[in-house]
Amino acid sequence: MRSLMLTARSPIGDESRKAATDATRIDPARLAVENLKAGYGRLEVLKGITLTLPGRALTAIMGPSGCGKSTFIRCINRLHEENAGAWVRGGIRLDGQDIYGSSLDPTVLRRRIGMVFQRPNPFPTFNIYANVAAGLRLNGMRKRSLLDERVEKSLRRAALWDEVKDRLNKPGTSLSGGQQQRLCIARALAVEPEILLLDEPCSALDPVATERIEELLGDLKRDYTLVMVTHNIQQAARIADRTVFLLMGDLIEEGSTSDLFTNPKDPRTESFISGRFG
Amino acid sequence: MTRTTYRRWKGRLFVAIMGSALLLCLVPLGSLLWTLVSRGGSVINFHFLTGSWAPVGEPSGIAHAIVGSLCLLGIASLLAIPLGLANGMFLARRGQTKLAGFIRLLLDVMAGIPAIVVGVFIYNTVVRHGAFSIGTGFSMLSGGLALGMIMLPIFARTAEEALRLVPSSVDEAGLALGLTQRRVILRIVLRAAVPGVVTGMFLSVARVAGEAAPLLFTAFGSNEWPQSPMKPTGSLPQLLFDYARQPFETLVRQAWGAALVLVVLILLVRLGTHGVVRWRYGPGGDL
Repeated sequence: MRSLMLTARSPIGDESRKAATDATRIDPARLAVENLKAGYGRLEVLKGITLTLPGRALTAIMGPSGCGKSTFIRCINRLHEENAGAWVRGGIRLDGQDIYGSSLDPTVLRRRIGMVFQRPNPFPTFNIYANVAAGLRLNGMRKRSLLDERVEKSLRRAALWDEVKDRLNKPGTSLSGGQQQRLCIARALAVEPEILLLDEPCSALDPVATERIEELLGDLKRDYTLVMVTHNIQQAARIADRTVFLLMGDLIEEGSTSDLFTNPKDPRTESFISGRFG
Repeated sequence: MTRTTYRRWKGRLFVAIMGSALLLCLVPLGSLLWTLVSRGGSVINFHFLTGSWAPVGEPSGIAHAIVGSLCLLGIASLLAIPLGLANGMFLARRGQTKLAGFIRLLLDVMAGIPAIVVGVFIYNTVVRHGAFSIGTGFSMLSGGLALGMIMLPIFARTAEEALRLVPSSVDEAGLALGLTQRRVILRIVLRAAVPGVVTGMFLSVARVAGEAAPLLFTAFGSNEWPQSPMKPTGSLPQLLFDYARQPFETLVRQAWGAALVLVVLILLVRLGTHGVVRWRYGPGGDL
């Protein structure tokens, strides 16, 4: 699987790569999930999921409430296991390396796999600058010039720089909901992850803010591997390269977004995307 | 009368009622401060604040008691603040477990123990010479322990409340950045809760700063400057208690002066910490 990995690993892309077509850009199998089962106590939320997730593409995980979408992506950065009574079985490989292997420290993994949550959750009382710099500083980066540079780069990447550059010392919580969510994206990008998990990042936002985030994700997917949970079918159709449909903890169907939406193979997928349930 | 004017007058009436209720609450406070200033203000001068005890008739000061009080509060804080913070963090972040429920119950029981009983308890386990006691004798250390024991439950519960106000989604955001649980708690959650935690810290210190009862059996009181943690030590509340019962007019006036100093000290510390917290840790603060 390592042989399939493209050589350039820097997430901040160069222009030539941006110009590349989707077919050459997408790394077909960045994450390989093998018979993943997860749950809490006696409750089995995921009942054996097997699929591969492409690199430098946006994969949407969709399904009705309670189908295990969030649990699934929380297994990818090993955040699921932080909950009381949570358990995981099966395996996930990132570039061929077992992320549940004993040699891998979850905190190291989480620096490679960032996450953005459903509700914007900037660190309270931290100003905008400190919010973005938190991951770097608390992992030991001290040099101010380096931090300044990273903060600016991350805020620019999250399309927030122009709106906040004059008030970096204002509380992160003083921003609007959509800006806070982009601040959270900048905070996640600052530690330079390769993969970004997004747990319904627009569900707490209004349509205008949602559109901005979608534009941003469309831009980010050229350089990052994005995995986004959504219960919004139109959103998946608009911006995802691949779509995965989960139902009651089972993988029903996955494929390229255009295939899945125009030619669903499973009747349950068809009824879900045509709005008959969910 | 139209409906709007009726409502407007009803609104004014209730604002007036609440305003007078507020004034009514301020009356005891104002009266207390006025009594302290009018009776104790006249004895306060440079020597009173910097000198120590002298026989009746000679100019005498209360500095030995001020320093003694600060030492006792220091020992109490050293004991209660780290322990209380640890308890508060545990209760705020692992509060659903059976162990947490039990600890919370213990802290509530502890907070309900009368101060004088804490004094007797420390006397029997720390001060008294003999079996089942450490046997330090009357000492600053035992006084600090007694005050710390009163401080601990108050601070632990207020710290818990302050830390609980930081939503757990913040913990997850920190973990997702690849930070360890310990860093998330100490550098992000605690940092966000600093204003509340410091307020709780101050309230618990202020609560025990005025305690005389537990010190009677432990720090015992002294007219000397504090010398060592193992020696008896004077304190402001105890000096107040002792002097107020004396037949000498000068000592009673000094007791009023000491009371005024105690209140002003607490007020100054409160305003000082409030200012520092707002400046350094308020909204928009740096890391």
